[in-house]
Amino acid sequence: MFQVRIHGRGGQGVVSGAEMLSVAAFTEGRYAQAFPSFGSERMGAPVMAFCRIDEKEIRLREPVLNPDALIIQDPTLLHQVELFKGLHPSGYMLINSSRGFAELGLAEFVRGFHSNRLRTVAATELAVKHVGRPVPNAALLGGFAALSGQIHIESLAAAIRDKFPRAVAEKNVAAATEAHALVSRSMEAQVA
Amino acid sequence: MLKQTEGSRAIAQAIALCRPEVICAYPITPQTHIVEALGEMVKSQELGRCEFINVESEFAALSVAIGASAAGARTYTATSSQGLLFMAEAVYNAAGLGLPIVMTIGNRAIGAPINIWNDHSDSMSMRDAGWIQLYAETNQEALDLHIQAFRLAEELSCPVMVCVDGFILTHAYDRVDIPDQGAVDSFLPPFEPRQVLDPSEPVTIGAMVGPEAFTEVRYLAHHKQLRALKLIPQLSSAFKAKFGRSSGGLIRGYRVADAETIVVALGSVNGTIQEVVDEMRDAGAKIGSVSICSFRPFPLAAVRDTLHRAKRVVVIEKCLAVGLGGIVSDGVRKALSGIVLKGYTVIAGLGGRAITRASLKQLFEDATNDELEQVTFLDLNADIVQHELEREAKTRRPGPTAEAILRRVGTVASQIG
Repeated sequence: MFQVRIHGRGGQGVVSGAEMLSVAAFTEGRYAQAFPSFGSERMGAPVMAFCRIDEKEIRLREPVLNPDALIIQDPTLLHQVELFKGLHPSGYMLINSSRGFAELGLAEFVRGFHSNRLRTVAATELAVKHVGRPVPNAALLGGFAALSGQIHIESLAAAIRDKFPRAVAEKNVAAATEAHALVSRSMEAQVA
Repeated sequence: MLKQTEGSRAIAQAIALCRPEVICAYPITPQTHIVEALGEMVKSQELGRCEFINVESEFAALSVAIGASAAGARTYTATSSQGLLFMAEAVYNAAGLGLPIVMTIGNRAIGAPINIWNDHSDSMSMRDAGWIQLYAETNQEALDLHIQAFRLAEELSCPVMVCVDGFILTHAYDRVDIPDQGAVDSFLPPFEPRQVLDPSEPVTIGAMVGPEAFTEVRYLAHHKQLRALKLIPQLSSAFKAKFGRSSGGLIRGYRVADAETIVVALGSVNGTIQEVVDEMRDAGAKIGSVSICSFRPFPLAAVRDTLHRAKRVVVIEKCLAVGLGGIVSDGVRKALSGIVLKGYTVIAGLGGRAITRASLKQLFEDATNDELEQVTFLDLNADIVQHELEREAKTRRPGPTAEAILRRVGTVASQIG
């Protein structure tokens, strides 16, 4: 089972992001379960959502306490005490930022992590460019697909098209596709 | 057709497949997405002649449902929490009149203190109102139970509540198999009411009944639920024959055959319990679990047959009977009358507190060693309780409890489990 926890703020599409991730995994024939953290649903308030992906039916209903991957939609949450809770050094982390881990003050924290499992991507900028609004979820999922290999960009695009009306969907697919390409290139560069 | 969708949408889809004729509901979290989805379907005329009646309150919602059902329409509504309390008088009336309304409860806590999150306090408060109560373990089962519920309700002329854990199921995206219309039509025939308000054959429904007959009317309501004990497993089998999967029934055992410790629970927490059972089985523990689907009628015989060989029973309850402990435990104990075994009640998941594998595993190990109190509150923060008790003892006017505790707990926006 692969478990993902998405942190962001109300209005950034955190819950929709987890839902789209589950639809993408379902599209690939796997079982998936997405659910919100059920916190107060206010604009700007810290929000969490979870997604589990597995080859068999998922019975577990607890929140994701030991994520295999963290997606952080809002870097202003980085000071939160429990943000990284349960993340093992073998885990994946994708942060929405134009800066790197060192610039974000996380160099010390990620020592011991696999550097090819850590990336930042400027998802809000990509969303503004393609969608015209600062909703970074689709772009982050594109980056996550490249970083983790858990889902293909094609199934993510299908999930985005399933979620949004056509015109909005295509813009989000464009943002996700560019984020996917950026993260893929960055990973290839590291391997080379 | 397999689909990855939200629990609420899956339930709405199931209701649509049952060809309802009247839907009336008042929105309340976490039920809202169900009736919004149905509202959209009625507006786009996907549901044919079905009418969606907007009402001003939950009391009106169920009152309209009573009228519609008495006039012979297949009728649906849904609510949660305080909404169910607000319709309480009509809840009893619908059952007392024997009207086959189906209502979804998106299970949620009851205030005060106000809390929008999941537990079973709402449906449990209406457990003796005369409705059949079925609890869904998964979103697939929630979908399937609604299809079974209309047939059950209409065969008995008795209302049915389908209880679905708020947020945990209603707001979860899961894989569900949505049956096709033809299959549902052949499982659920058109509504033929056993009593109907028809101007061409006038009858009275809702007469005043004095001491001369009230007990008999009540007894017959009880008798109807006892018939449901036979009908519920039959419908579950018929459903399996038609749709190829097991859903519903009275209770379901999991690895109980040689189990010395058996955990009993209602609803979605059974999935997490089964994970822990597997983990402990791998380590050699003789443990199993039982999911009670039909809470009303309460399946005394089935519970007895499944539990009587165990050495101990742990009942996990998402509702607190203040001043007593558990509600489900009482039924379980009654089922085991005359059998000597250890019985433990565990209050868990109140107001949305996460029920984790780690906490359950520790709990079941303590139970296996018979180191549990008779009533335990899972993950109770004893320090906070102690501090508050001391604070309240110090002064004549300590002020409100909930607010004092919130100040002590501090901000929890970032808390995960």
